[in-house]
Amino acid sequence: MKTSKKLWIGLFVMVLLSPLGLILPAKFCAGSAWGEWSSEEIHKMIGYLPSGMSRLGEKWKSPMPDYSFKGQEKAPIRTLSFSYIVSALVGVGIVTGITILIGKAIARRE
Amino acid sequence: MHIPDGYLGPQTYTASFAAVAPFWYVASKKLNKTLRAKNVPMLALSAAFSFVIMMFNLPIPGGTTGHAVGAVLVAVLLGPWAACIAVSIALIVQAVVFGDGGITCIGANCLNMAVIMPFVGYGVYKLVAGRSSGKSPRRWIGAALGGYFGLNAAAVAAGFMFGLQPMIAHDAAGGALYAPYPLSVAVPVMAFEHLLLFGFVEAIVTGLVVAYLQKADISLLFGVKPDADVESAG
Repeated sequence: MKTSKKLWIGLFVMVLLSPLGLILPAKFCAGSAWGEWSSEEIHKMIGYLPSGMSRLGEKWKSPMPDYSFKGQEKAPIRTLSFSYIVSALVGVGIVTGITILIGKAIARRE
Repeated sequence: MHIPDGYLGPQTYTASFAAVAPFWYVASKKLNKTLRAKNVPMLALSAAFSFVIMMFNLPIPGGTTGHAVGAVLVAVLLGPWAACIAVSIALIVQAVVFGDGGITCIGANCLNMAVIMPFVGYGVYKLVAGRSSGKSPRRWIGAALGGYFGLNAAAVAAGFMFGLQPMIAHDAAGGALYAPYPLSVAVPVMAFEHLLLFGFVEAIVTGLVVAYLQKADISLLFGVKPDADVESAG
């Protein structure tokens, strides 16, 4: 088998294992990444929500927030893990597609 | 390390877009000369790999989380300019589709993870690997060290951006407008968690994949000719 094919298979194994990125932090009681807190978390930490933060933070509503489907904020980790894999697949699809288009556009003509 | 919307004020995020734009421009010019059509699938695989590895959040028990980025690995495989493009695409899709990293902070996040990280990491890799043969252990050791230092450089840069905010802007009462912690907190925290844990994860991933490719298909390493080890024999 060609090495590049093995690497693609490796990527899909990573996609299937991706919920570890959700489960491990939950198991070890780790919160958000430093500097990536929600408005509620910030409020709890410093006692207020900085005004610029509330103004800019609301600007963009992503279609699949936090690699889940909308309205899944309180869903059990099993459901979230499934959404996480779907998000990884969607992300890989979009990123691969865009990169191929851009790559073809700028690659050297032969 | 994906700075969300609201954490950086307009001066910082605008300056970051201005700083990263020339890198995107030069990267597209460089790839126009060096990237061949047959390498495009590898570029796409690299961007997708960077996208997925950033989803593997690892915990500091009872504390925060962090993750590897893969930017130095991509730089070792395709060169730092290609890594700049590949990781930028992954970061932009993460921000727009998944709300991971802010829309206003796309410039800042790309500057940290798609410019500073691959260039610092690739520099370290070249320093260690030198002109060694394709199979030399100096290649995977250099790649691992590059991953470690590249990720840490990006983390310190992000900490610097966070820490600048209280200096640049505050409201009438002296409260923060954007990210609230000063340089004296933001930089050490970002540095320590990456120096102590996430940097090693990046190093292991980068080193292992490069070591594997040295065995499997040496031609996949950037700037290494398949027959390079013949040189040492002759």
